[in-house]
Amino acid sequence: MKLTQQQLDGFNVLLINEERIDAHNSGDLKAFIIDMIEESEPNIVVQLQQVKFIDSSGLGALLAGFKHATAKSGKLALSNLQPQVMSMFELTRLNRVFEIYNDLNEATTSES
Amino acid sequence: MQSADIQVDVIIPTQTKYLDLIGSIGERIGRELDLYSGDRDALAYQLNLVLTEATTNAIKHSNYKGPKDCVRITIHIQEDELNIKVFDHGQGFDIEAVPIPDFDNPKENGMGIYFIKTLMDSVTYTRMEEANVLEIKKSLR
Repeated sequence: MKLTQQQLDGFNVLLINEERIDAHNSGDLKAFIIDMIEESEPNIVVQLQQVKFIDSSGLGALLAGFKHATAKSGKLALSNLQPQVMSMFELTRLNRVFEIYNDLNEATTSES
Repeated sequence: MQSADIQVDVIIPTQTKYLDLIGSIGERIGRELDLYSGDRDALAYQLNLVLTEATTNAIKHSNYKGPKDCVRITIHIQEDELNIKVFDHGQGFDIEAVPIPDFDNPKENGMGIYFIKTLMDSVTYTRMEEANVLEIKKSLR
């Protein structure tokens, strides 16, 4: 899975450079997020601009990261969701669980 | 694409790397359905999702042995009815026993069947001697 980690205004940003998250790569995503939380500050913004498709296992991987970050007194937020991806969060009502921002600027401003 | 019937029959190894292929076939079919009066982009995503979830389910339930280690997927569109069948050779499961997700306490697993049930008109799972079949139907009116 193609992932890029960067720091932005003191936040750990994870860019997902894949168009698709499904059961083939969601395990890698979950493991990467959990490693990030374990190794650094547990405050992460996952940027989903490139992601056009996410299935139940992809949502599960992000939820696992969210729960892990919360357990470490941190936070995992999301940004730049494509409309179809957003509809998946609405269908599962996970949009009420995650903080979802339009872009990274909004995410880092709101989280500061 | 007019009202001509479409029949797609695919057999893949029980490996998740083929999910993209199966989902993409569904997405392309969804985009080409000129007669569908609803949101075709949404339908395309739903077909991608439903085929991905159903095939993931079949791979998960496969027994990983012998020459039957494959998943067969058929997609049939006849007039305004879409019919998807996903065959697996595992021990099967009771689809009626799959609970609706607890939205107040969301869990990492168990949303796949919920998506299929929610987005399609009907879904059944039948255990048969040769193979189990997950059958999904949706009206395309």
